[in-house]
Amino acid sequence: MTRCLAIRATIATLALGLLACAPAQAADTVDPAADKAAFQKFFTGKFPKLKLEDFVNGPYSMNEDLHRQWEEKEQFPPYEFSLEAGKEMFATPFKNGKTYADCFPNKGIGIRQNYPFFDEKEGKVVTLELALNRCREANGEAPFSYVKDDMAALTAYMAFTSRGKPMDIKIPNDPRALEAYQKGKEYFYTRRGQLNFSCATCHIQSPGERIRAEVLAPALGILNAMPIYRSEWSGMGTTSRRFTTCNSQIRGVPLNPQDDEYRNLEYYLSYVSNGLPISGPGARP
Amino acid sequence: MSAAIKAVLAASALLIATATCALAASEADYKAAYAAAEAANKEAGSLRNQWTTTASTLSAAKKAAEAGDFDAAVAKAKEAEALAKASIFQATSEKERWKDMEVR
Amino acid sequence: MASSIRVRATSNGDTTEVQALIQHPMDSGFVKDAKGEIIPPHFIQQLSFEYDGKPVFVADWGGGVSKDPYVKFAFKGGKKGDDLKVSWVDNKGATDTTTAKIQ
Repeated sequence: MTRCLAIRATIATLALGLLACAPAQAADTVDPAADKAAFQKFFTGKFPKLKLEDFVNGPYSMNEDLHRQWEEKEQFPPYEFSLEAGKEMFATPFKNGKTYADCFPNKGIGIRQNYPFFDEKEGKVVTLELALNRCREANGEAPFSYVKDDMAALTAYMAFTSRGKPMDIKIPNDPRALEAYQKGKEYFYTRRGQLNFSCATCHIQSPGERIRAEVLAPALGILNAMPIYRSEWSGMGTTSRRFTTCNSQIRGVPLNPQDDEYRNLEYYLSYVSNGLPISGPGARP
Repeated sequence: MSAAIKAVLAASALLIATATCALAASEADYKAAYAAAEAANKEAGSLRNQWTTTASTLSAAKKAAEAGDFDAAVAKAKEAEALAKASIFQATSEKERWKDMEVR
Repeated sequence: MASSIRVRATSNGDTTEVQALIQHPMDSGFVKDAKGEIIPPHFIQQLSFEYDGKPVFVADWGGGVSKDPYVKFAFKGGKKGDDLKVSWVDNKGATDTTTAKIQ
C-alpha cells in the first residue's frame, strides 16, 4: 500500500516537473556542435587553470600529488609491455598471409582519432575494437575478448601511433547517425543500477573529487587515453572494459561489450572530446 | 537516490508483511513468488536496466528453497521482486529525466 | 621474446640512479582463481644488480610484492658507459638477465 502511494506521489511530482520544464525543452532538436561547445565550456569553466589538452590526463590533471607521481611513472610506463606485445601482434600476419594493416586506412597507423565512426552502409557506429575483431573474422581468425589482454595490446599500439593527433569524430549527414549520437547522449545521462548513478554523476558532477581513494576523471577526453593500464586491475583494460565495470560498480548488470548502447555511448563521448589529443595508451591508479 | 531508497523501503515493507504471516510458507508459495520476481526482472532486462542485486537476491531465494527454508525463500523472492520493480521504475522515469542532468 | 626486464641507469658523476621494471606475475599462492582453485605461488625470490662484478643491490622477495614490480634505488659510483647487470630468479627456478649501459 505505502509503496503504491509513494510511487504514485513521485509520478505526480514527475508530471509536475515535466510540465514545469516543458517550455525549456520544447525545441528538442539535436545539435551536436552546440553540445560539444557547451560540454567543453563546462569543463574549462569548472577547471579554469587547465588547458584543454590537459583533460586527457584524467585524474592526473586534477591533483598535484598524483601528477608528480604520474610524471615519474611515465618514465617507466606500466603499459609498455602491452604496447610492445601489440606492436608485435599488429605486424604478425594471419594464417592467410594478410595483416591488420590490410583492414585499415593508412595501414592502421595514426588513425585512432577517427574511431568510432558511423558506418552508413551498416547504419551503425563502428568502434576500433569492433573493427579489429571484424578484421580478424574476415581473415578466418577467432575474435578476441573485448575487455583486455590481446585487444588492449592492439588498441594500445594503434593509439600510440596516433598520439597527439586531435580526436576527429564526424557525424555524417544521415538521420541514423544523429540518432546514434542522441542515443549515446541519453545513455550517458541516464541513471541506472541500484546506486542510481549515471555516467554524468561521477564524470560531470564530480571530476577531481575522491571516490574512496580514487580521484574521478573528467568525462572530457576520458576516451582519448584508452586503453589504460589500471593499477587497480593490475592490467590493461579497453574502453569496453571501462564501460562494463562502470555499470557493475553502480550495481547495474552490464550489457555485452560492443552492444549498440555502448557503441553509441562511445560515439557521443568521443564526439564531444573532438579536438583533444589522443594520449593512449594511458596509466591510471 | 530516491528510487534506491524506495526499493529498500518497499523491500522492508514486504519483509514485515511476510514476517507477520502466521502460517509457514510452502513450496508453492515460493514458486509463485519466485516466478513473479523473475518476470519483473525479465521486464527490467527488456528495458536494459537490470540490477546486480536483483540477481543475487534471486539466487539467495533459490538457495534457501533448496535448503527447504521456504519462509526465507519467499522473503528473498519478494525482496528480489521489489528490487526488480524499482529498476523498472528507474528505467521508466529516466526516459525523460535524464535531460535534467545534461550539460547545455 | 623481449626481455622481462627494463632498466634505466643514469649517473650524475657521484651516484648512479637506477630504475627497473620487471614483468612477472608475482602470484603469492594465497589467491584463488574464478573457479575457486588456488593459484600456485610464483614469485621472484631474488633480484640483484651487479656493477663491476660486485652486487650493488640485492633484494630477497616473497609473495607480498606486486605484479610487474618496479624498483628504484641509487648507489655510489658508476661511470657513464659502464655495464650494469640485472638478474632475477623465481621460486620455480626460472631466471632472466639483462645488461644495461649507464647513461
